[in-house]
Amino acid sequence: MDVLYGLVTPFRDIAGSPAFFVEVLIGGVAAGLMYSLVALGFVLIFKASGVFNFAQGVMVLFAALTLVGLMERGVPVVLALGLTVLVMILLAFAIERVVLRPLVNQEHIILFMATIGLTFFLEGFGEMLWGSNVKRLDVGIPDESFMVAGVLVNRLELTAALTAAILVAVLAVFFHGTRIGRALRAVADDHEAALSIGIPLKTIWVIVWSVAGGVAIVAGIMWGAKSGVQFSLSLIALKSLPVLILGGFTSVPGAIAGGLIIGVGEKIGEVYWGPLVGGAIENWFAYGLALVFLLFRPQGLFGEKIIERV
Amino acid sequence: MRVKVLLSVLLALAVAAGPLAAVAPAQDKSIFIPLLVYRTGPYAPSGIPIANGASDYFNLVNERDGGVNGVKIAYEECETQYDTKQGVECYERLKSRSPVLVNPYSTGITYQLIPKAPGDKVVIHSMGYGMTASADGRWFPWVFNFPMTYWSQASAFVKYVGQQEGGVEKLKGKKIAHIYHNSPYGREANPTLEELARKYGFELTLLAVDHPGQEQGATWLQVRRINPNWIFISGWGVMNQVAVKEAASKGFPMDHVIGNWWTGTEADVVPAADGAKGYKSMTFHAPGANFKVHQDILKHVYDKGKGAARREAVGEVLYNRMAINTMLNVEAIRTAMTKYGNKPLTGEQVRWGFENLNLTEKRLEELGMKGMMRPLRVTCENHEGNGLALVQQWDGKKWTIVSDWIEPIREVVRPKLEAAAVEEAKKLSYTMRDCAKEK
Repeated sequence: MDVLYGLVTPFRDIAGSPAFFVEVLIGGVAAGLMYSLVALGFVLIFKASGVFNFAQGVMVLFAALTLVGLMERGVPVVLALGLTVLVMILLAFAIERVVLRPLVNQEHIILFMATIGLTFFLEGFGEMLWGSNVKRLDVGIPDESFMVAGVLVNRLELTAALTAAILVAVLAVFFHGTRIGRALRAVADDHEAALSIGIPLKTIWVIVWSVAGGVAIVAGIMWGAKSGVQFSLSLIALKSLPVLILGGFTSVPGAIAGGLIIGVGEKIGEVYWGPLVGGAIENWFAYGLALVFLLFRPQGLFGEKIIERV
Repeated sequence: MRVKVLLSVLLALAVAAGPLAAVAPAQDKSIFIPLLVYRTGPYAPSGIPIANGASDYFNLVNERDGGVNGVKIAYEECETQYDTKQGVECYERLKSRSPVLVNPYSTGITYQLIPKAPGDKVVIHSMGYGMTASADGRWFPWVFNFPMTYWSQASAFVKYVGQQEGGVEKLKGKKIAHIYHNSPYGREANPTLEELARKYGFELTLLAVDHPGQEQGATWLQVRRINPNWIFISGWGVMNQVAVKEAASKGFPMDHVIGNWWTGTEADVVPAADGAKGYKSMTFHAPGANFKVHQDILKHVYDKGKGAARREAVGEVLYNRMAINTMLNVEAIRTAMTKYGNKPLTGEQVRWGFENLNLTEKRLEELGMKGMMRPLRVTCENHEGNGLALVQQWDGKKWTIVSDWIEPIREVVRPKLEAAAVEEAKKLSYTMRDCAKEK
């Protein structure tokens, strides 16, 4: 009876305080879009090469470290940002040359393992280069809150949401409205077929890793401004896994939809039903939801259903 | 080809000789202490000043005094990344060098080492962390957690809040939220806070944050809903920085947000910048580099190029904490030497030194630490000692002490601690010793 009461009471709370419920929804949307920013990087690389890039989280960290490291050395924000983009492009070239090229035509699991190695390398290299102390990232985004009709809204979260929306729009145009985007999709569908019609695989890989590096910079700025730039930043990749499972590994809009479902779901779950089980359900709630989705829709909401002849 | 073979042989010889070279110092007349550090990984921002504080203080003792009464301290760092499994591996690896004591610097590692201590005859000093119940020396002769435990800290926090409200009786009806790391460490203060909530009539809300604590949106939404009068935070690593930043960005009065002593370092206030002004935390020692011991460290260690940290990092909160921790280790060894002589000691002898440690105001002055911490007395029954707490506040540039020394509510803490010791000791099949017979 108590359990039943506990399950029902939150609905009464929601009805009793709708303004607070809106605040929870906004918090969920904001958090979800932050997860999506990281998930987008995974999607891009998986879409173009079928490789699950385990190093995406550490790429976010490396990008943020480079940006804040340059700024700490007196480089103006805009120039530091430009240099960080350059560093991420160089990194993409290096990854293609050193990691991917020798592994062409290898099983995906081999490429996946190579990205695990890349994770450890980038983590150690970043630490050696920029140190491991916590760094403040101030790119002029105010982290203040203000009230709108009794609802507390945070400027940083609002900026992150707008940035994610713009990024998705740009990526959608890139994938569907440009020649390179179409070539990326062709490579994703079939490496050999793409090669046979003259699409350069190496160039495509460099481009896609560079774009993923760009997405990592944006995610690094947003997360770095929120929690400071430090090595645990790479752990946010763990939060984007359920987002990918939900949205599908190959869909850009799916990464956003997955992020929103996870973000809003975990906030509502934790705030209203968390106390029933002693709290701290925010982390595993996302994985629980992802597992349920796997049962009924393994390819995710927007992912491609792969049917292979055996 | 020959060059390759020659290089291979040289490499093999170097690998084979490595461990021998490392063992060498333990075989001479020195006392060996392993240092389980975490200079890399997600917790490195906290681990680095801790490791530096230990290294610098041991170097100070060796360089300035020629060791403890002439017996040098040999130490070796082993990287744990704050990971329990790696920490235990480090301990097992360095055990071959006959350590007399170990500072695990992780509650998880401490719990794993406690059952090993009596067999290995290695003293465990978990200063202000680890298993609170092990403060009952009758059940846990090999474990020491002076100068204070988590439970004493929680009671000192409640006492401080009571003082700020005009007396503990004014706590009735007030709301206090405890935001804690969802781990044995983070949960450690909860039973004491619950007991004190019943005793003083305040409304306690416990809010858990899962590791690593990068995203705390839901927690702070609940804080908004509860609107507590005071917030107590037991965090670690990135959880601290995010919590301080969330509190500031939500407009919560920062002087009513108090971290525990692992949630109040220079690194914790970096991301929030000016927003962190006014934030407070518990501590049991003073911050800053204004003590004579710091001048000594700079003169005898840094001026000789043997310093572990940047000069300006000397005096940071966690640096000072570990310097004090190391000083307590050294003074316990010195105490043991009064009974067993000025020579390399065994773990059992050092254990006696820990149990009979009596650090007076005069001795603290001699050590250049007067005012940095309180005098301390450890007994057979009480391995927590008689430590007192302080509250420090971040002014935007540095931590400053803003309270008098706060006596924990011992009449609440000690009985709970003794009951818990019986429970924990049962799990390990320990028997209680009679301290009266050992005096």
